[in-house]
Amino acid sequence: MQHVSSVREPLVTGGKTLHDVTQDICYQVEAKPNLRWMAALSVALFFLGIFFYSVYRTVWYGIGEWGLNKTVNWAWDITNFVWWVGIGHAGTLISAVLLLFRQKWRSSINRAAEAMTIFAVICAAMFPVLHMGRPWLAFYVFPFQNTLGSLWANFNSPLLWDVFAISTYFTVSLVFWYIGLIPDFASIRDRAKGTIAKFSYSMLSFGWKGSAKAWSRYETVSLILAGVSTPLVLSVHTIVSMDFATSIVPGWHTTIFPPYFVAGAIFSGFAMVLTLMLITRVVFRLEDYITLEHIALMNKIMMVTGSIVGVAYITEFFIAWYSQVEFEQYAFINRATGPYWWAYAAMMTCNVITPQLVWFRRVRYSIPLTFVLSIIVNIGMWFERFVIIVTSLHRDYLPSSWAMFSPSIIDIGLYVGTLGLFFTLFLLFAKFFPVINMAEVKAILKYTVDSGPTYNPDKAHATPAAQPVIHGVPASAPVNYNKHD
Amino acid sequence: MTKQFALGIFEDEDVLLHAVENVRAAGVKIHDVFSPYPVHGIDDALGIERSRLPIAAFFFGMTGLAFSLWLQIYMLGFDWPMIIGGKPHISLPAFVPVSFELTVFFTCHGMAITFFIISGLYPRFKVPVMDVRATDDKFVMAIELDETSSQLPRLTQLLRENGASEVNQKEMTQN
Repeated sequence: MQHVSSVREPLVTGGKTLHDVTQDICYQVEAKPNLRWMAALSVALFFLGIFFYSVYRTVWYGIGEWGLNKTVNWAWDITNFVWWVGIGHAGTLISAVLLLFRQKWRSSINRAAEAMTIFAVICAAMFPVLHMGRPWLAFYVFPFQNTLGSLWANFNSPLLWDVFAISTYFTVSLVFWYIGLIPDFASIRDRAKGTIAKFSYSMLSFGWKGSAKAWSRYETVSLILAGVSTPLVLSVHTIVSMDFATSIVPGWHTTIFPPYFVAGAIFSGFAMVLTLMLITRVVFRLEDYITLEHIALMNKIMMVTGSIVGVAYITEFFIAWYSQVEFEQYAFINRATGPYWWAYAAMMTCNVITPQLVWFRRVRYSIPLTFVLSIIVNIGMWFERFVIIVTSLHRDYLPSSWAMFSPSIIDIGLYVGTLGLFFTLFLLFAKFFPVINMAEVKAILKYTVDSGPTYNPDKAHATPAAQPVIHGVPASAPVNYNKHD
Repeated sequence: MTKQFALGIFEDEDVLLHAVENVRAAGVKIHDVFSPYPVHGIDDALGIERSRLPIAAFFFGMTGLAFSLWLQIYMLGFDWPMIIGGKPHISLPAFVPVSFELTVFFTCHGMAITFFIISGLYPRFKVPVMDVRATDDKFVMAIELDETSSQLPRLTQLLRENGASEVNQKEMTQN
């Protein structure tokens, strides 16, 4: 059971005890909101205001408020949709895929990353719904009989697959996240002093007591949810990519899209997790839980997925040339050298060159550099979607209908507005919910504290060292455990 | 109905695991163990059977798969057949994504609801707990006492010998 490594860095630093974990993480829930938080919330609320105004303009005056035209009839809306869904994927990757691979370091970041998933999917869902023009009829996307007869939804359409994929993804992520939150709500409930807090966290905790049987079931449920979420997260971005790949538009009609989109999604998602975590750890003083080691590990995932994306860009070009299809070749030449060359250049710089800097240890472990890198990657991934969508549409088979796209102020308002919506939700989450999964961090604490498997405050800062093997002691006994003291 | 419990408070999961084994070996029935995080190996020590939730999950998944296939085949194949892209009315490859998503949907939600029901988890105004520290940093072993609490001194000694840092008595309302 026990393992003290002299090679690996501890997952939680500062020689924390179980009680310290509860104390540190409940602190921001119980304390009065600090000034930095309120300042951040006001900025987010301002952008949320912009979002509501843009939604009002879009719904009241119609889609004509956007910069779309007859040729480029899908632009910022779908770009933002894919960008947001992609960002969400890192949360599920951390909570599900890393759970299956037994990456214990995920424990400190999975809660916030899953919250990010949920809020990102909410932001993503805004765009297709608003693009319908009449969002109050959005339920028509579900297999709901046409009012005039029995015409059903078209199950052959990737757009309908998207409806099922996104709604399944959203609800499954929500359930996964909430089940994980229940034991932590119970911790807050048992510490709560105010009546309102006691009542709210009692309701939220669903009467969790931490009994052995409940924990056993909880672990089974987590494992199965992780098992079904792993193919789910891959399927979601695969289906999103099929919105493009199943069409015959040059530049979209390629079989590489599903893996390429999934890698891109994880790439941009990890960039967003890094951005958020670097802010959260400072604002809520969680440096002992989200350590430099965590940041370096996330950077490595970003580097791997970023390199996959880079290879995909080059493969697309190669296949366009190799296919000998004139239209396909033109689509790619036009991407790189046409009127949108600057978007393509931004995408290539941000997504292909930047992640390679992470090979340097100094970059990987540097907080300011990582922060800048994560922002650059987010920008690059937005441009990737813009490049794929707009450059493929604006010059297709018929040169007489070639056109350019320029966003209207409402397009821009909707985009920055969803950023406001996202950060408002995230800040509220960070204030009222435990940002770190206390139960999971406690479970790994014993095997990761600097001083070895038994947490001894006196030895808290000693270097981890290999413990001698004592024969005749059951494996589950702590190394320094003495029955009589 | 109120019941009396002896609560052994432990500081460490490994001490607790040994205590659970020794207390059970001494012929004492443990009511439940409360811990701030899942203690690995406690299922075996307490004799908790392996959860059958995975079996339930499989059947929920199969239900979802069957439902989604019926939905798509009935709607596009029989109720209102349409030719879409020159493909057959029932084109199974195109039905794969929705079938997969609904399988996952049913598995996840069916299992989550089952988990809530069998574990008795639902929103409630007040939660009576054995010891509030069980969700913080203590491991609590609860042993049911009879009406007169006559076994308490013996249990206290047994728990202390096995590493309990304190032993308390608690009255709980059980429904």
